[in-house]
Amino acid sequence: MILRRLAARPVLLAAGLLVALALPWLIYPPVAMDMVCWALFAVAVDLLLGFTGLLSFGHAAFWGSSAYLTGLIALHSGLPFPVAVLGGALAAAVLAVPIGWLSVRRTGIYFAMVTLAFAQLVYFVANQWRGLTGGENGLQGIPRDFFGVDLSDPFFFYYAGLPIAVLGLWFAWRVVRSPFGRVLVAVRDNPARARALGYPVDRYKLLAFVLSAGLSGLAGGLFTMGHGFVSLEEVYWTTSGQVVMMVVLGGIGTLWGGVLGAVLIVELGDYLSTAGFEETGIVTGTVFALTVLVFRRGIWGTAAWLTAGRRERAADGATVPVGERENGEPVRA
Amino acid sequence: MAAVLRARGLAKEFRGFRAVDDVDLDVPEGGVHALVGPNGAGKTTLFNLLTGFLRPTAGRVTFGEHELSGRPPERIARLGVARSFQITSLFAQLTAREHVELALQGGTGLGWRFWRSDKRLGRFGDRARDLLAQVRLADLADTRAGALSYGHKRALELALALALDPKVLLLDEPTAGMGAEDVDATVELIGRVRDGRTVVLVEHNMNVVASLADKVTVLQSGRVLAEGPYAEIRRDPRVVAAYLGDADATD
Repeated sequence: MILRRLAARPVLLAAGLLVALALPWLIYPPVAMDMVCWALFAVAVDLLLGFTGLLSFGHAAFWGSSAYLTGLIALHSGLPFPVAVLGGALAAAVLAVPIGWLSVRRTGIYFAMVTLAFAQLVYFVANQWRGLTGGENGLQGIPRDFFGVDLSDPFFFYYAGLPIAVLGLWFAWRVVRSPFGRVLVAVRDNPARARALGYPVDRYKLLAFVLSAGLSGLAGGLFTMGHGFVSLEEVYWTTSGQVVMMVVLGGIGTLWGGVLGAVLIVELGDYLSTAGFEETGIVTGTVFALTVLVFRRGIWGTAAWLTAGRRERAADGATVPVGERENGEPVRA
Repeated sequence: MAAVLRARGLAKEFRGFRAVDDVDLDVPEGGVHALVGPNGAGKTTLFNLLTGFLRPTAGRVTFGEHELSGRPPERIARLGVARSFQITSLFAQLTAREHVELALQGGTGLGWRFWRSDKRLGRFGDRARDLLAQVRLADLADTRAGALSYGHKRALELALALALDPKVLLLDEPTAGMGAEDVDATVELIGRVRDGRTVVLVEHNMNVVASLADKVTVLQSGRVLAEGPYAEIRRDPRVVAAYLGDADATD
């Protein structure tokens, strides 16, 4: 597996951290913060899509509800910003319990549609409950309190927020490389067999869903802190779509691929809007279509495939049709 | 002999087609009970009813004092009724050793520990090696299931069911598609693991049935056609007409 190879290469890990630390010197710091948040979000979604086999099309519900709650905590409590972010993440995880409970019984396109429906419900509530969320105006002027330290400069805030995202990424890695993660892969590849071995498949899916939602909430809360405001866009379905696109571009089931996908999409969006091109959707959409059509393993998956030994590649290739059965879900590389 | 697994009036209907029709089954404790019958007789459907993968249209299944009908497959597996699958059903991305570890960890609750390292599964290493050696897969422990040959996949299928250490072991055509040498090894293995447990076997190979089964139930069109020891069954004219005649001819 890719992860096993990564563990054997601390060099890659060190390089990744180095790039993360250098990022606000290389690009506009708020954009760097966006990249980090979306990267964590993409990894959280891959935990579900790549390692549990569930394509959620409603993760904006968790990213967005945490964005609002984090904003509200920061606005009204004056607590340090990491506490607000954690509060938001926790709320997203709690919200994921009923939504997940009702969704995980479905697979494939039905699961995607049910999660989308719930996300639209959250959007509706956020839009209607103006007293709390500000409706179309959103929440403005969210402070970044941190024991009196001045974090108003995005450059410094980047370094304050980065550890939270890194902790989130580490957590995702821990989940994938745990006894639980092993069961998830089994559930993804062959749910009936997992049940015959005594594993209550739906409950495992539910826990994966809740963990994924909590991490998405962590990302959404951090995003709120990075911007100082929350808009309705955070709970809109395009947010759910964007993050899936990042995962697919980076490589489903590769965990770190989502980081690459997020960095590229955010950078592309920023480049286009700086150049005055408003219809970024056309470009990202084209990139997405090309990824799905031409290199389905995504960036990370393709790189891993190219560097893998021949034997491993043969074994991998043999499994592709298996992963594709029943739900038509994409397979991991 | 007391029946450990018992079915009464068991029926399964698929859109008007009765795949299993009013079947009574008593699986005696400690024996090897073979289910035979022509294709489409309802053997696999019966297996799925016994293990919770299908809900019966009518009738009930009991295992000792436990009512099994209506329970999900994972609960039935935990109670001690394990099964293998006719069509090889493995986890393509996991290695043979990881498969067995997964089966061994099932009863421990370790599967929920998402905050722990998967190195903890190393505690099952010895037992996993032992089981893989039993099915002659010791050398392939670190090969991914997707890359195993058909015969090896069948062997792993058996190791998985054994890893659950079940009281009742249901094997759905354990020798299907195997070469003669592997068939002998599998028969020998089943003969060894039957000690202390009950084995229910769906099998087409009559030599396997002859050498293992204490009791044979012949199914035809979802109903029990005949039941008894193999020697008796193979002389039963109804059975010969329905099934054995053909099988003997092709063997």
